[in-house]
Amino acid sequence: MNKIAFKKIYTKINQITKATCTLKADNVGYEELAIVGGRLAQVVKIVGDEITLQVFSGTEGISTNAEVMFLGRPPSLRIGPDLEGRFLNAYGDPIDDGPELSGEEIEIGGPSVNPVRREQPSQLISTGIAGIDLNNTLVTGQKIPFFADPDQPFNQIMALLALRADADKIILGGMGLSNDDYLFYKNTFQNAGSLDRIIAFVNTTEDPPVERLMVPDMSLAAAEHYASTHKEKVLVLLTDMTLYADALSIVSNRMDQIPSKDSMPGSLYSDLAKIYEKAVQFPDGGSITIIAVTTLSGGDITHAIPDNTGYITEGQLFLRRDTEVGKVLIDPFRSLSRMKQLVIGDQTREDHPQIMNTSIRLYADAVNARTKQENGFDLTEYDERTLRFSKEYKEKLLAVDVNLTVDEMLDEGWKLLSEHFSKSEVGIREELTEKYWPAEK
Amino acid sequence: MTRGTVSGIIANLVIVDVRDPVIQNEICMIHHPESSLMAEVIKVGDNKAYVQVFESTRGLKTGTAVDFTGSMLEVTLGPGILSRNYDGLQNDLDAMDGVFLRRGDYTRPLDPEKKWDFVPLKQKGEKVIAGDWLGEVKENLIAHKIMVPFTLEGSWEIEQISGEGSYTVNDTMATIVSEAGEKREVTMVQKWPVKRPLKSFRHKPRPSKILETGIRAIDTMNPITEGGTGFIPGPFGCGKTVLQHAISRQAEADIVIVAACGERANEVVEIFKEFPELEDVRTGAKLIERTTIIANTSNMPVAAREASVYTAMTLAEYYRNMGLKVLLLADSTSRWAQALREMSNRMEELPGPDAFPMDLPAIISNFYARAGYVELPNGAHGSITFIGTVSPAGGNLKEPVTESTKKAARCFYALSQDRADSKRYPAIDPLDSYSKYMEYEELRESLKEVVSENWTDMVEQARDIVLKGKEVMEQINILGDDGVPIEHHVLFWKSEVIDFIILQQDAFDEIDRMTPLKRQEYMLRMVLGIMETEFRFTRFEEVAAFFREMINLMKQMNYSAFESDQFREYEKQLDTIINQRTVTA
Ligand SMILES: Nc1ncnc2c1ncn2[C@@H]1O[C@H](COP(=O)(O)OP(=O)(O)OP(=O)(O)O)[C@@H](O)[C@H]1O
Ligand SMILES: [Mg+2]
Repeated sequence: MNKIAFKKIYTKINQITKATCTLKADNVGYEELAIVGGRLAQVVKIVGDEITLQVFSGTEGISTNAEVMFLGRPPSLRIGPDLEGRFLNAYGDPIDDGPELSGEEIEIGGPSVNPVRREQPSQLISTGIAGIDLNNTLVTGQKIPFFADPDQPFNQIMALLALRADADKIILGGMGLSNDDYLFYKNTFQNAGSLDRIIAFVNTTEDPPVERLMVPDMSLAAAEHYASTHKEKVLVLLTDMTLYADALSIVSNRMDQIPSKDSMPGSLYSDLAKIYEKAVQFPDGGSITIIAVTTLSGGDITHAIPDNTGYITEGQLFLRRDTEVGKVLIDPFRSLSRMKQLVIGDQTREDHPQIMNTSIRLYADAVNARTKQENGFDLTEYDERTLRFSKEYKEKLLAVDVNLTVDEMLDEGWKLLSEHFSKSEVGIREELTEKYWPAEK
Repeated sequence: MTRGTVSGIIANLVIVDVRDPVIQNEICMIHHPESSLMAEVIKVGDNKAYVQVFESTRGLKTGTAVDFTGSMLEVTLGPGILSRNYDGLQNDLDAMDGVFLRRGDYTRPLDPEKKWDFVPLKQKGEKVIAGDWLGEVKENLIAHKIMVPFTLEGSWEIEQISGEGSYTVNDTMATIVSEAGEKREVTMVQKWPVKRPLKSFRHKPRPSKILETGIRAIDTMNPITEGGTGFIPGPFGCGKTVLQHAISRQAEADIVIVAACGERANEVVEIFKEFPELEDVRTGAKLIERTTIIANTSNMPVAAREASVYTAMTLAEYYRNMGLKVLLLADSTSRWAQALREMSNRMEELPGPDAFPMDLPAIISNFYARAGYVELPNGAHGSITFIGTVSPAGGNLKEPVTESTKKAARCFYALSQDRADSKRYPAIDPLDSYSKYMEYEELRESLKEVVSENWTDMVEQARDIVLKGKEVMEQINILGDDGVPIEHHVLFWKSEVIDFIILQQDAFDEIDRMTPLKRQEYMLRMVLGIMETEFRFTRFEEVAAFFREMINLMKQMNYSAFESDQFREYEKQLDTIINQRTVTA
């Protein structure tokens, strides 16, 4: 930001709102960066010679005669060998005592991949968590969020998953992270000896919210570089996308846009899709997988943020604390990985799809039985069995603290089914029951 | 040519100062130094044109020159559209360089060099009107008609027509002369503005024939017709796309046009990868041969998303006019409506419900009205069957897009969150969903012919069973298992048989995924036969166990090749357990 000599300096701002300011200027490009009173800003509207700038860190204390300079380029990130293992802020500047970044400057928020140049996501990502690997198998090139209440341990699960996921690079985009969570990630990666695989762009709760808007684009520009140019398997963690969307609504409300549902901008779907659709499997092996967190308010998934997210991502992982077993589960009902069809029963054992579906169906029977019980009705013998099954199913498979291989999960599945049900009750293809149904003891 | 200059930029809405005449919906090119950007006029006023740019406007400056082209957004029609992958503006995606889309990279929709074997269908001296078939070339499996340009009015006489031979799309195939003496050279290519319905047909009779999809919950319960319209609303993850893909693979259509409109790129990739491999069971040809894909995924420019459904519809109308059965699928029409909303908001128009434009219902109903079964001027018939998905915000069907679509489409396939949650796929709600075509005497008559005499009665019976099952289920929930007579349990489980065996269908099972009508009839007849049997139970607990066993065997039948030994074997086992339970007189 120091090669800005010979640039025209403006000193007359006409209008200031909380996130934007407006002034007269010429020869300005749309989405170009500017510096307003020392703060980074971006052109969001041009009408005649009136330029509206969004000031990322907010306009508090900006004076109408503050110096404004236009940088003549859109937001960018420096990419070089010294990027690896670094912790940066939303602008891509180091916050880790390391040296300034060097290397080539690349534009962020760039164009999308031509759909015909994509490859079908195909490589299974194993996490050891049965609620994921068994019921909601993830694949490289997929995009999927955790839907979680703010008090759930999603950051711990994300970090665990990232370390187990055998990625060449892990890129963390932290938006509104608490300082403690930021340190948690940093320590976890450090302790795992994985720091050189990590690049983090962090906006903490102490930073201005509008700055967050840069984090996904920064993270994904870096991801694209490693996945496309270096053919690496890149895992991008975005947490928390709800706070990102909140920042979007702050800006759009300031610009007098007509809000749609839940005071979110009408373009929320497109805004989020532009981010999530960066997930891609390239034909030559590189891939970008996005795992995000969308926090819910009171478990409400009909709110515009989780709702639009669900329509964009390839499934969602629903975290729920279960009182019966006292553990956090990946809820099999609302959770879904839409890419799982591409690998289950194919890269995993042939019985995978049926074990998955049957267990969930029986689990649903258990939930019905539970409702019946709560309404004061007698349970049938079948109901009782479903309840016993569901308790074990939750403890041994759905809880996020399990760590098994997929084959172990399947064996456990057969074991649970055979302990509680007969072959005709499970309704699995006969060839499979013949092969896998555990022998009577 | 009209010229203007950029005077304002708000995301992809650009304001152009212009003094000369401008046409509403005219296409203009903004001469951004890096590459020219295509845009469409969406509002004109006060020496200003408001244009929506089909690309990112990053870096664009005021003062940039703009040229107005004089034409509206058009598609290029001619042989070579099938098996293509286009973006929303009909750019050939495969012809583009590089992995990433480049702004302003516009590619040709048709191959100008490829030779097509032309056979004339008309002779010198014959009179023709717009849309008449001058000749045909073989495009994959179909006879692609070379038609008199749709834009022509009145009667024309053929002055010259090419003989059989190989020609490129731009060669002159015929010269025609109007009554006023105006001459026109006709090639294999013509253009048509996408937002204007192509109306070269005599009339639109009511649809009367079922369009078989191989999906039981549709064909048996709520059939769609050749030339029918339908929509699939449902919360995210309930199976809209899986259902549409199944329809696109299996439906008995000559041509399938899939518009991926503002949805996931990976889902389109699935079609790109699978359709060249999968066979159309009816013709043995690869599915891709009858398919055209319009991919305007959610990360591609929003304005082009709006255009994409019109592009797809116009291609469908073109093939319909060749006397073909065209199936058009759009996933998701809500994204198109949202694109309209984004623009309308940027132009600060007075918003309607949920900030959608006020005229949304009219836009949707005009679009659906372009589907239908038509009689062409030469007496042949063609059809466009259109099925769109709708993605209601928050899964709530009381929102503008769903409500407007409900008024426009005749089949309603409501996907239910509860059914999806309990993995009862396809999650089409059997009671809320409907096909208004079932009320058409024409369809009922034709079903009698193609399926069987009492088919519609059988379907009614099945529906009654499902309805009764739901009612007794509610009673059981209130009164408890032993608070109701055993017969109630039997009624409930009968409805479960219909659900598990007829309604549910595994879209990923080689065999179960596609059930021809004949097999649908066989299964429904068998199931209804069982429903009429009187069973003996002494305790209510026996009911569920017995029915589960039956369902299991019938599911195995669904997974087995029709009338195979395996299929018969399960059927025999089923008979055995039924006989054990039957009340013998
Ligand atoms: N018929 C089916 N058989 C088996 N599984 C299905 C079926 N239909 C849907 N599913 C499951 O549900 C998932 C979601 O389905 P789909 O992608 O069609 O949902 P959608 O309604 O299109 O969602 P969105 O609105 O987010 O696009 C699939 O990936 C699959 O796992
Ligand atoms: Mg979908």
